[in-house]
Amino acid sequence: MTTRTRDRYLSDNPRFLAGVFMAPTIIYILALVGFPFVLAIIYAFTDITTGSPDLEFVGFDTFRAVLADPVFRRALANTFWFAVISNLFVVILATGLAELLTRDFKGKWFVRFLILLPWVAPVSLATITWLWTFDSIFSPIDWVLRQVGLISENMFWLGRPQLAMASVITVQVWRIAPLAAVIVMAGLTAIPNEINDAVAVDGAGPWRRLFQITIPLLAPIIAVAVLFGVILTISDMSVVFVLTRGGPTHSTQVLSTWAFFKGIEGGALGQGAAVALFLFPVLVGITAVVLRLARRREVL
Amino acid sequence: MAIVEVRGLRKEFDEVVAVDGVDIRSEEGEFLVLLGPSGCGKTTLLRMIAGLEEPTEGQILLGDEEVNGLPPRARGAAMVFQSYALYPHMTVANNIAFPLKAQRTEPSERLEKVKWAAGLFGIEHLLNRRPRQLSGGERQRVALARALVREPSVFLLDEPLSNLDAKLRAAARDDLMEFQRRIGITTIYVTHDQVEAMGMGDRIAVMDHGKVRQLGTPEEVYHHPADTFVARFLGSPPMNLLEDEDFTFGFRPEHFLPEGVAPDENNRIPFTFFVSRIEYLGSERYLYGHITGHEETKVIAMLPATVTLPVTANRDHEFSVAQDQMRYFDRDQGVRIPPQPLRT
Repeated sequence: MTTRTRDRYLSDNPRFLAGVFMAPTIIYILALVGFPFVLAIIYAFTDITTGSPDLEFVGFDTFRAVLADPVFRRALANTFWFAVISNLFVVILATGLAELLTRDFKGKWFVRFLILLPWVAPVSLATITWLWTFDSIFSPIDWVLRQVGLISENMFWLGRPQLAMASVITVQVWRIAPLAAVIVMAGLTAIPNEINDAVAVDGAGPWRRLFQITIPLLAPIIAVAVLFGVILTISDMSVVFVLTRGGPTHSTQVLSTWAFFKGIEGGALGQGAAVALFLFPVLVGITAVVLRLARRREVL
Repeated sequence: MAIVEVRGLRKEFDEVVAVDGVDIRSEEGEFLVLLGPSGCGKTTLLRMIAGLEEPTEGQILLGDEEVNGLPPRARGAAMVFQSYALYPHMTVANNIAFPLKAQRTEPSERLEKVKWAAGLFGIEHLLNRRPRQLSGGERQRVALARALVREPSVFLLDEPLSNLDAKLRAAARDDLMEFQRRIGITTIYVTHDQVEAMGMGDRIAVMDHGKVRQLGTPEEVYHHPADTFVARFLGSPPMNLLEDEDFTFGFRPEHFLPEGVAPDENNRIPFTFFVSRIEYLGSERYLYGHITGHEETKVIAMLPATVTLPVTANRDHEFSVAQDQMRYFDRDQGVRIPPQPLRT
């Protein structure tokens, strides 16, 4: 067979097709994720600043400097608590929402659409809306509370450390719960109908069904939802950046915003990279553990 | 133990009528089979008895008490599903114990009952395994044990043998029958397999299009089918049905015998049978062809291996059917009618 005739069947060749179809994704990941990532690793071990872009390797000095900073430690703790508390609420909300949305009721598609909306909206845009919702003077929440008579003066949601943290967590939960709900919904619909029928015939009520059948069967999929949620909260900077810029006095500072302030606004690129990379091993660890759990609990 | 009764039961799903006015009353401890092709409404009927579907119309009575509107757990019926529906994350012991936990049985009593139910089906050695570690036959036994552990008043089975391979199915059928006789529990068994229905049922309700076409013993539905649907649905190969001028008549392939081997030569209706093809199946021969005067309809004769008479293909043969084995049906309605004089 000549080369020319063989070329005519190139599109029948699965190896050729695989390469063609995967190339855009691979190029995209290498250019926009891989390259900056490698750059960040290199920067983290240098004393590079925006003012002097020379690479001089200083070993772990950047990490030592970063760790010595009390703001960093505050940001680390905040990141941890934000991730844990937000995802706790996300799991509870998502499981409830998923249960609700798999039921049949009138106008279901509209409710589904509404619930998915936060996920579809661009993060920064949505957060700006929240910024107004939490505004110190015009907050509609305050207005309602004032009308009801619960408060006499405004709350200053973003101006007090505790309330600012609560606000950031609220927005994160609002943002991530829809995604988690969709993931859990997929898991719910994967439970065979006959299992639920068997539970009913075996005499279990709704609570026993939820806690002894549904949630155990959903555990692997909930683990995946939590994994996404944790990664999304830890790696996200837009919510904190737009709402509080880490304030008041670093009380809502997280690692991602701190890396930005330190590296870009403060110019210490090396230290910024070190902050950003700090949680990378932790995230890899979490991912490995959760994926292992999910696989082990996989059912029939 | 309880009697299961449904009165004027109807179920509509949107436009589709799944069950269309069914009246059945079981006997105490009876093994009642609901038999029919897929989509005939037999599973929907069973699910309504279990309480998994609410009827559109009609009454359901368990032990002479109306149970309409009661949730499944208030009905005291146990059910085994086609896929067994074992809880994949629980051990066999916990699967069997689940209905007891739902009833809040004392832990010590629970343990004893789980052992008893597992013993009934010979699965004591599997109690610590999980469903995915079991074979099809073992899963089925676990499903049966789970259904029986709380000693239900009625036992509902939805094609429980259809996921087993042919060899296992025969053994499982035998086990199931033996066990049902021992416990004596009223059982409603749904299947599309006529061999299962004939072999297991005390009575069979043959269903089609949401209606019960006939309710009777295996002998009754086989030998005295109420209409052409039942006649055709039961028997393999099915009853030969031919059209005369004003009615339909039919006979079973095993009753269509060649001259010379048929008993009682006097009371027989003779036919000229053109044999076009012969299938030799070891224990019997199937003869395919048509009879004179009804060339358009295929007729099958089944000769047992004990009939050694040579038959050759592509030739006319003299065959006959005993008068009392001939069945007559209304041409339009398909229902059975008294014997008619044949034109041929």
